[in-house]
Amino acid sequence: MTLLTGIALLTLAVVTALAIVHTKNLFVAVMLSGVFSLLMAANFLILDSPDVALTEAAVGAGISTVLFLAALSLSAEHERDFKPSRIGGLIVLVTIGVVIYATFEQPRLGDPSSPVQQHVAPWYLANTPPLIDVPNVVTAVLASFRGYDTLGEVFVVLTAGIGVLFLLSARPSKTAKAPTIPPPGPVEGLRHYLIPRVVGRLLIPFIFLFGLYVQFHGDFGPGGGFQAGAIIAAAVILYTLLEGEPQALRVVPVSFLKVLAVAGALLYSAVGVAGMLLGGNFLDYNVLSADPVAGQHLGILLVEVGVGVTVTGVLLSVFFAFATRGKM
Amino acid sequence: MDLIIDYASGILLSLGGLFVFIGGVGALRMPDLYTRMHAASLTDTMGSVLIIVGVMLQAGASFAAVKLFAILIFLLFTGPTASNALASAAILSGHRPTEALPWRSERDT
Repeated sequence: MTLLTGIALLTLAVVTALAIVHTKNLFVAVMLSGVFSLLMAANFLILDSPDVALTEAAVGAGISTVLFLAALSLSAEHERDFKPSRIGGLIVLVTIGVVIYATFEQPRLGDPSSPVQQHVAPWYLANTPPLIDVPNVVTAVLASFRGYDTLGEVFVVLTAGIGVLFLLSARPSKTAKAPTIPPPGPVEGLRHYLIPRVVGRLLIPFIFLFGLYVQFHGDFGPGGGFQAGAIIAAAVILYTLLEGEPQALRVVPVSFLKVLAVAGALLYSAVGVAGMLLGGNFLDYNVLSADPVAGQHLGILLVEVGVGVTVTGVLLSVFFAFATRGKM
Repeated sequence: MDLIIDYASGILLSLGGLFVFIGGVGALRMPDLYTRMHAASLTDTMGSVLIIVGVMLQAGASFAAVKLFAILIFLLFTGPTASNALASAAILSGHRPTEALPWRSERDT
């Protein structure tokens, strides 16, 4: 049954990918890429990795679709016509052939003798209960065993956000023709739509609550800082759509978002340095408390908060950079 | 008792699947945007209600059932709202309903 569902989902994913390549309408391409992410999220779910599925659904299908749309609103809706070169096509074809050939060497799905089942995974599974004592091994691996990697990821997110802000904050040159922006009407956002506004206002607190649940329940079930950051950012984006950017920027000013983005990464690093000051190694949570397991819990909690705060700050900074470009 | 619950949830799940299927067919076959949305919104409301209630019967009196109920409420709020927003966006962008009447076939137009 899992196999059949997987084949069906992957077939749909391939069809969606081909449709993305084929369509000339970029809006359709963005929508289809959201569909693609959702299919992949379902696929991760049937492969028993709900953490990855949650991330894919929140970031891939949710936030990146919004960011693509925001980018699209600054450019044209249709792909420019170009003549595909034969040599380029040949290179793509050969590469696809090589990749497909390489998959023949892969171990079969779920093969117990494959390297992924034998290398470090058994050690993590055996040692998470005595050393860290959280039910969700993924969180233990992500935040504690492989804490360096996750710190690196947080800084990748921060660096990417800084890069996007640099690119978008460049003022368009005076000589270039100003992009056609519709004249600002008397109302911003969806204020004149009663039903989305009422329902949106009703739902935003619950989306926040769910984001916090995903953030702090990550030790026990699927979730953690990355997913929670995306969900909380989605709540603020919904608020922005309903009330318009000026009102949203009054609630969460850009300077505050930049502080958030940096503060999360700083909190993560500070936990690592605190471990050093207390006599352990960098990112060693055992020394944070008298009891090593309690120290691990405290360290994972703080580190996950750092991840969530950075992800929220970066995603919202990038969103507002797109949304307010050309208006300010 | 278990058998009755199994049958009931099976019937609800099948009906829900049927409604999702009808919604899909309608979204492909209907003549214009508004009638297509009308068909597709069936998936959001009837389909999801039946499927989630069917799954709730399988979950029994547990925390999972409460979560499913919360998801159901969320879907019942967001689905119609999204349809409403889509329809008003379509009206604002100048889409007018075509007057394709049910008894008028393609070759008449």
